[in-house]
Amino acid sequence: MAKGTKRVMFAGVGGQGILLASRVLAEGLLRAGLDVKSTEVHGMAQRGGSVVTQVCFGERVYSPLVGPGAIDILVTLEKLEALRYVHFLKKNGILLANKREIPSLPVLTGAAPYPRDIEERLSSFPVSLYLIDADREAERLGNHRVMNMVLLGALMRLAGLAGLVDWKEVVAGAVRPQYREVNLRALEAGMHLV
Amino acid sequence: MQQKVILSGNEGVARGAWEAGVGMGIGYPGTPSTEIVETLAKMEGPMVAWAVNEKVALEQAYGACVTGLRSLVTMKHVGLNVAADPLFTTAYMGVNGGLVIAVADDPGMHSSQNEQDNRWYALHAKVPMLEPSSSRECRDFTRLAFELSERHDVPFLLRLVTRVSHSRGVVEIDPAAEYRRRSRSYERNVPKYVVLPAHARARRVALEENLKRLLADPEARVVNRMEITGSEVGIITSGASYNYVKEAFGDRYSVLKLGLVYPLDGELIREFAAKVQRLYVVEELDPYLETHVQALGVTCEGKKCISPFFELNPQAVATSLAKAGLEPLEQLEPATAEPVTGIPARPPILCAGCPHRAFFYLARREKVMVVGDIGCYTLGAMPPLDGIDVSACMGGGFSIALGISTNLPEGEKVFGVLGDSTFYHSGITGAVDAVFNRRPIVPVVLDNRSTAMTGHQENPGTGRTLDGEPTVMQDPERIFLAVGFDRVLVVNAYDLEGIRNTIRDAKVSRDRVAIIVKAPCRLLKESRRGPAREVVRDNCAKCKNCLRLGCPALSLDEEGYPAIDPLACAGCGLCEQVCRHQAVRVQEKGVTS
Repeated sequence: MAKGTKRVMFAGVGGQGILLASRVLAEGLLRAGLDVKSTEVHGMAQRGGSVVTQVCFGERVYSPLVGPGAIDILVTLEKLEALRYVHFLKKNGILLANKREIPSLPVLTGAAPYPRDIEERLSSFPVSLYLIDADREAERLGNHRVMNMVLLGALMRLAGLAGLVDWKEVVAGAVRPQYREVNLRALEAGMHLV
Repeated sequence: MQQKVILSGNEGVARGAWEAGVGMGIGYPGTPSTEIVETLAKMEGPMVAWAVNEKVALEQAYGACVTGLRSLVTMKHVGLNVAADPLFTTAYMGVNGGLVIAVADDPGMHSSQNEQDNRWYALHAKVPMLEPSSSRECRDFTRLAFELSERHDVPFLLRLVTRVSHSRGVVEIDPAAEYRRRSRSYERNVPKYVVLPAHARARRVALEENLKRLLADPEARVVNRMEITGSEVGIITSGASYNYVKEAFGDRYSVLKLGLVYPLDGELIREFAAKVQRLYVVEELDPYLETHVQALGVTCEGKKCISPFFELNPQAVATSLAKAGLEPLEQLEPATAEPVTGIPARPPILCAGCPHRAFFYLARREKVMVVGDIGCYTLGAMPPLDGIDVSACMGGGFSIALGISTNLPEGEKVFGVLGDSTFYHSGITGAVDAVFNRRPIVPVVLDNRSTAMTGHQENPGTGRTLDGEPTVMQDPERIFLAVGFDRVLVVNAYDLEGIRNTIRDAKVSRDRVAIIVKAPCRLLKESRRGPAREVVRDNCAKCKNCLRLGCPALSLDEEGYPAIDPLACAGCGLCEQVCRHQAVRVQEKGVTS
């Protein structure tokens, strides 16, 4: 790792808007003049399975992918996924977790219960934990789908990236015109949630 | 004026081909390769198409190349098995216009049935192979491959992996660049293009000369790069593994990055080995480079340290080589040493309202043996549906069933299940064989009018080509009848009773019976959403029968009743049909259960 490289990982469930969030982040970092590499897994993962992306940035980034224990900031769009991927974080890393619960297949069929102690277990790790209800915030703004932008806004604040570029311009260029306004409001709201 | 943009590796390949004036781009969809053709299709200029399978794609591209066009073929790693026949022989024949075959491996099997290392194909078929590490190299190497292909009269392989195809990075492009189609004139040349044995023997010798000439070409050699930073340790690597080595060790150790992984430059490898005291080879999957380095008589270590299976990453490389005394740049302290265990898994799942669900639900209950295939419907094997016994490869759904049928108890039948795109890809031949060899299999096409798993590409059954132009819409029913089936039972994918009767009919019939289960993929625009259902608690016996559909809209609530998420429910009505207690009904407006 070259000096100063930061690594962000997003984890959630297919359909939650993870790819858009990580692409907006990468585009903004590029505009700020940084080297940036990201990685995504498509295909089977989109059928309701876990979806994971990583975005690495700094002066010179070689690998878009890193392994467990190397992530600075983990953003999870679903609560159980925070528990599933917390081992990717460095000690004292930042965990930004959405409170949204989505039952997975074993839960749906009654084969396993959805764990009730996730928040408690998350707070037992040596990381800075920020639990927010991004879905409620998005619904308040009138569109539950902009939950990803709420989390992205919160990430900007936590990662100290809020003033790096004009993120509103980046977001505006990445979403369809009719949803531009609500996405921008979600980003703004997210920045003030943490 | 250059502009920095972020491109995925696949977009980089498409951009490189476009800049090289490619005349034809063709492939068969397959993760992680699909977006190359899709990106190229959005660009002005080249003729772009989906072929019915990878062999047909490569052969079409070769035809275009013979006429002088530059041609790009794309597929996932297992697709090259299908296209292997023309691959080996076109290597002898050589090219006219440049021919580049971009093939995407999937180490770690994110969405594949195996993780074969396709570098061996280059060695085996004697087809030169370039292996990019980044999106920028995807663009540059694709352009170079076209140049070298024409200059040295050989097709070129471009080897990608998931972490190159689906990674994004900065590429400098010229936004003002214009498409200039490259074309060479065709001259009839029977000794070159007709591989009769006598001609093939001459071409065989020509191929060796072409490879030798290629290896001596300075332009081909620039993609192999020595980064000498010290004399203690040297690492030979290529592709995605190079990224991991540099991320883990930075400039701490000397690196030989190989861009041309076939033919390998033995002279350069020896030169590099002589500059360092200890030599390591870091490569994902098989010991391809290591075997070659050792065959040169050069001492090195590779798979003794590095895992020979699954995906690598910088930390895995660092940890593996730490045992050999190499020091990574970073000493990582993870938040927790081990992943959290004992939590519910999150496997992929058929969508709410998926037209594949009912068939697998019933196949299990009617106790028929099912051979599946490759597509979304492979998920029919997952519990609770648990509806597939065997599934291996594209087209195998019918053909493997043929073999199974020869050793079943008297009177039992095996069902072979394919999707529509797979049927056109390589399923029809199996259906012909069933009739030819009198095998009593029941071929089933789950016809959702789409190549759904890879993102809804057009196929011969959709009635449209890649560019949206109307074309003949194939009909599986007519194809089954044409090849000799007596009866084709066509049933609605949401009609549980109809599917049950169809399976029972086919099971006992002495006719040659085929089944088509029909309804468009729920994710397509033309798919009509039904009214959401709700559970009537007063009628519910808590039998959990509905939960055995494995529908993501249905779950058990805290009091043990099934509950339907009205936002997720697609209104397919299957849960209403499986309920024996009339406890599921159309949701009443304004009332929430």
